[in-house]
Amino acid sequence: MSQESNNQGHIDVDIKVENTDSPAPTDEQAPKEVSTFRLVATLAIAGALAGLLIVLVNLHTKPIIDKWKAEQLQLAVYEVLPGVERYDTFYLVDDNLSAELPSGAKESEYKRVYVGRDANGETTGVAISRGESGFQDVIMVIFGHDPVTGKLSGMKILDSKETPGLGDKIFKDMNFVDQFFAGPETPMLGVKEGAGKGQPNEIDMITGATISSKAVIQIINNALNEWKPILDKGIPPSPSDAATAEVAQ
Amino acid sequence: MRTTSPTQDFVRGIWKENPVLIQMLGLCPALAVTNSVANALAMSGATFFVMSCSSVLISTCKRFIPHEVRISAYILVIATFVTLADMLLQAYAPVQHKELGAFIALIVVNCMILGRQETFSSKNNPFRSLLDAFGTGIGFTIALVMMGGFREILGVGSFLGVSLFGPNFEPWVIMVLPAGGFLTLGFILLAMGAIEQRKKTKAEQATEGAS
Repeated sequence: MSQESNNQGHIDVDIKVENTDSPAPTDEQAPKEVSTFRLVATLAIAGALAGLLIVLVNLHTKPIIDKWKAEQLQLAVYEVLPGVERYDTFYLVDDNLSAELPSGAKESEYKRVYVGRDANGETTGVAISRGESGFQDVIMVIFGHDPVTGKLSGMKILDSKETPGLGDKIFKDMNFVDQFFAGPETPMLGVKEGAGKGQPNEIDMITGATISSKAVIQIINNALNEWKPILDKGIPPSPSDAATAEVAQ
Repeated sequence: MRTTSPTQDFVRGIWKENPVLIQMLGLCPALAVTNSVANALAMSGATFFVMSCSSVLISTCKRFIPHEVRISAYILVIATFVTLADMLLQAYAPVQHKELGAFIALIVVNCMILGRQETFSSKNNPFRSLLDAFGTGIGFTIALVMMGGFREILGVGSFLGVSLFGPNFEPWVIMVLPAGGFLTLGFILLAMGAIEQRKKTKAEQATEGAS
């Protein structure tokens, strides 16, 4: 049925075409000697067509994917900063917080914090995301904390490839996750379940997922160590108090 | 050389020549992503898409592909469709995409797909190649869901995320770990082998009895 020629027809060379309805021959009856040019041309054309197709689909899907990622991040910020009305994104430019990037700079190259404000524009919390090695691969964590008291207001795993059934409890086991929303003091200390002394900075680690739980606690502590000196310098006010200064992307 | 009817093209991949359980092809995804039924389904879906598209395209274009570069051409076609599936999944099923991670890209090297192109699509017309791809794809899905179900039920105590045994079930965690994949596959193959052997013995006894 399908002997119609397509756009590769101009490089057609006389090849014995097998009758498609008869059983396949026992062995490939090698066609006549094919020129090197034709071999290269076939692959080149096929490659070009494949590339074109991928580019077209990518043009279509990239905005959807980016939008989804931005939405996920936005949701995560609101989740780890409970009670926040809106938030501003500040980039770390020369050890200072800045709402604007230097001209021509790539957004993805700068570290950033998300500063949550309440209805009056007062700072209520700061969300920071950070990735470090877990048990399998990098765990991306976003967490919110109050820069004044140092207490945590929430934690969410943005991305992880931890072992299903064990390590993935760092986001599936609500007993573990809820501890970060209960306002523990920082720096936090991971303790074996039930072995805590009731200190306000203790987090019960998950049995069977000690490395993953420890990693989450460590990531947050490290991020706070790194950001504390910068946040202590003071958080700038909202760049545009009237408009909601959410990042579009 | 045997002749096959279109129905046979379709049916044989489902069970009699099941790609995973009989031909032992495509074992990498069968072992790696079958820790839950949902993942098994997403993986089968992506593989199904890639295999059907590649089979039709390769069987349509087979006379333009010189024999010497056919494997490269097949891989090129398969890789293109895998990239498309990857991007489409990420755009429209981001949650599954996140779960499957690197395994989507690895569909390219799934020898089951390449095997179908080499042994079937390159010698048959697009319609029959599509039937063959559908059959093999369904067979692959059955094998993966079987493994995914087995592992999820024992390892997590649920099926498709629905808890089966209540809170007192102590999950058999090893089943969702990589080792569980090998164990599961081993036991499934053992069971199939045992059934096959019994059938054979019975058939032999029947012929002996008749003579």
